Formats: sequence, structure tokens, C-alpha cells
Amino acid sequence: MIFEFGLIFGSIPKMLTGLGLTLQLLLLSSFIGLVLAVITLLMRISGRWFLVAPAVVYIYIFRGTPILVQIFVIYYGLPQFEFIREGVFWPFLREPFWCCILALSLNAGAYVSEILRGGVLGVDKGAQEAASALGISKTQSFIYITTPIAIRLSLPAYSNDIISMTKATALASTVTLLDMTGVARTIVAQTFAPYEIFISAAIIYMVIAWMVQKGFGMLERRMSRYIKATR
Amino acid sequence: MSEEKPIIVLENVCKYFGNFKALTDVNLTVQKGARIVVCGPSGSGKSTMIRCINRLEEHDSGRIIVAGNELTDAVKNIDAVRREVGMVFQSFNLFPHLKVVDNLTLALKLVRKVGKPEAREIATRYLERVHIPDQADKYPSQLSGGQQQRVAIARALCMNPEVMLFDEPTSALDPEMISEVLDVMTELAEEGMTMICVTHEMGFARSVADQIAFMDAGEIVEIAPPSEFFQNPRSERTKLFLSQILSH
Ligand SMILES: Nc1ncnc2c1ncn2[C@@H]1O[C@H](COP(=O)(O)OP(=O)(O)O)[C@@H](O)[C@H]1O
Ligand SMILES: [Mg+2]
Repeated sequence: MIFEFGLIFGSIPKMLTGLGLTLQLLLLSSFIGLVLAVITLLMRISGRWFLVAPAVVYIYIFRGTPILVQIFVIYYGLPQFEFIREGVFWPFLREPFWCCILALSLNAGAYVSEILRGGVLGVDKGAQEAASALGISKTQSFIYITTPIAIRLSLPAYSNDIISMTKATALASTVTLLDMTGVARTIVAQTFAPYEIFISAAIIYMVIAWMVQKGFGMLERRMSRYIKATR
Repeated sequence: MSEEKPIIVLENVCKYFGNFKALTDVNLTVQKGARIVVCGPSGSGKSTMIRCINRLEEHDSGRIIVAGNELTDAVKNIDAVRREVGMVFQSFNLFPHLKVVDNLTLALKLVRKVGKPEAREIATRYLERVHIPDQADKYPSQLSGGQQQRVAIARALCMNPEVMLFDEPTSALDPEMISEVLDVMTELAEEGMTMICVTHEMGFARSVADQIAFMDAGEIVEIAPPSEFFQNPRSERTKLFLSQILSH
């Protein structure tokens, strides 16, 4: 097999035309996913069964099924329903872009809410008792004590999740979107050089993952000042 | 003692954890300015008793009245009691993510609605009182255990409580740091603070307490002034405990 290194690097600029869409998918669904995660978390720890139950079912479904299947169900499955096609969300749901955003966000919401829950459960009970003893209310204690500590505890797992999401955005290419993987597939169809093209796509994904990891690493160090600090 | 109304009254307080009875008919009356030391073997219910006084634990029967407020499910009463009662824990329980000064000002701002500059002023005053004014801008993890416990004491004092509860405040400390914390507590006692202190520091109990309560198996077995407590313990259980604790 002959490897054309020229082709690997030569196709990177073309690949970058899909970068914008990849990043849009990543950033938008991370953000919506985070909002969903926080709502789900609050439901999950509310202690009220009618809030806990839907949260648990939601998490169970989205953690238990492949994202690819979720994308297919949303993109091919939902339009089968009359009321969806007549509904207000149809202008969105008929767009593959928004179907992917929906699937990725719901997925992130389920995973991240579990990550955040781990963080909340990891917060030392002593600090919360001290707050109660000082007359600080449960809500205030959650905002000013539990939340900042839980965020720091959740960061490493959260950063992993964002990296998984980066790679999951590639599934968008299966529903006709020209994200980076979509672009790569198009180029492969034209050049018949799958190895070089996909390797160059892989390189770009790696760079993104590396940047995400570095960024979160910095954030984590900043937020851990109070632990690492030496005398 | 005076005719004044006691600041804390426990009447036949019982507390269960599941089927386990952690407190059995505990009766205790604390006058303003009293300094009560509670001792007893591990698991005898000392923590449970003082945690019931500020409702960190709920008692199952009997009555607890603090500064005229009976502890019930009423949130209003619980808040009123917590305004009057400060607490210091064995493991400090500082807010690890906040600087020392912010540990002190958080409740002032959230509960007492004190403005930021004034809160900082109050915090500085109490840090001076526990002899660590220069540590205000450090994080708890940057302080020694003794310093952390003094921050915890200052944090409770900032709220200007009527009563201070101490739950084994020196048990988690290295020996060389115990005295710096006991000194602060002794100063507090001299200033007239009402306090209930769970501790096995018998030297402190002898010099500071006006009553020593001995607990065993969820009961207050004996309560007496230090001289009587050490010289003429009435119950066999107290004698046994004293012989164990004073032998080393
Ligand atoms: N949250 C809890 N759940 C169940 N049992 C508890 C709990 N807290 C304390 N206990 C039990 O109650 C008893 C008294 O505990 P505690 O008041 O902490 O004792 P002390 O402070 O005297 O060592 C112990 O047997 C302990 O195991
Ligand atoms: Mg205890």
C-alpha cells in the first residue's frame, strides 16, 4: 500500500470547511445538554417521586441506547407522526441539523446530569451541616456551598464527556450533514483514497480533543487552588 | 443560680436511629453563662444530644427549648434557635472553597443581611479575637489544624450567639495544637459565654466547667460540679470511666 502523505496534509484545508459545522454541533449541544443536565439533576435530587421518576427514565433511555439509533429515530422516526409534521417544531425537526442537535443534547443531558450528581454526592456533609448550624437555608447552602464544590469535583468527568461529544458529532454525517466526517466521506468518494482522507480527519479531531483537554485542565487547576495551595 | 429563665432546657428527650435508642430521657437545664462539659465513652450519645439542641438531629420525644423557642417542625423556631446557638465541630467543617474571611462573612451576608464592608469588619474583629488576624486571605487548606479550628470558632462567634456548642473540638488535632484552641475557649468562658462542650480534656473541664455531665448508653448518668465529679463520683460507671481516662 502506498501512503501519500501529501494527500493527508493537502486535504486538511478542505476538511476544515466541515469544521464550522462540527464545532456548531459540539458547542450548541454541549450548551443545551448542560441546561438539560442541570434541570434533570435538580429533579433527580428533589426527593419528590413525580420529579425523580421522569428524570430517572430519561437518563435510563438515553444512556442505554446508541446515539446513532437516537439520531435515526428522531430523523426518520418522528416525521412518521402526523402531529409532529403539523406541530410547531416541524420546521426544526425536518432539518437534519436540528435532529442531530436534539439527539446530541438529550444524550449530553442524561450523561452530564449523572456526572453532576456524582459531584453533588461527593460534597462533604460536614460543610453543609456547618451551614445549617449557622442558619443558612438549604437553598442558599446548595447555591453557595454545594454547587461550587460539586462543579470542581465534576470537571474531570465533564471534560471527558465533552471529548466523547466531539467524536459523537461525526454521526451527523449519517444524516447527510457535511460536518468534518461528512466532508471527508465526500472527498473519499471523489478521490478513492480513504486512508489518507480519514487520517487527516482523525488528526483534526485529535487536535480538538487535545484543546478541550488542555482547556479543562487549566480550568480545573484554577478551581482547585484552594486544595493544592501550600502553606 | 438566679431566678432567670434557663437558656436551654431538655426534658425527657429521646432519640432513635431506626430501632436503636441513642438518647434515653435526657434532662438538662442550662442557665445563662453556664459552662457545661459533657464526657462519656464513644457512642454514648454526646454528639447526638448537642446536635439535637440546634436541630441537626430531630428528637423523637420530650421537649427541647432554647431561648424560649421550643424545637418543633416549625421552620421559624428552628431558625430562631440557630440564631442563638453557635456550633463547633470535631472536624472543623470549614467551607473549603472559600477564603477564611469569606468563611466568616458568608452567613453574616446570607442570614443577617449585613453589608459587605461591615461583614468584613466583623470578621476581622473575630479573627483578632482568636489570634489569627493575618490569615484572613488564605484558604482553610493552607492553615494548620489548630488555626482551622479557631477559624471555625470565629465563624460561629460572628453570628453573635447566646450559646456555643463544641463537639470534641480538639479531638482531631495534633497534640501541640490542642492548647491554642483550649486557650481560645477558656477566654470565651471568662468573657461569660454560655457553653456546652463535649470533650475529654479533663484539665480544661476541671478549670473551666461549672458542671460536668457524664453520659453512658444514651443517658446522662451523673451531673455535678468538677470537684464533686472528680472526687466523689456517685455512679460506678462514672468511676470506671474516670479511672480509664485519668490513668494515662
Ligand atoms: N446518623 C446516625 N445513624 C445511625 N446511628 C447513629 C447516627 N448517629 C449516631 N448514631 C449512633 O448513635 C450512638 C450515639 O452516637 P454519638 O452521639 O455520635 O456518640 P458520641 O458522640 O458519644 O460518640 C452511636 O451508637 C452511633 O452509632
Ligand atoms: Mg461524638
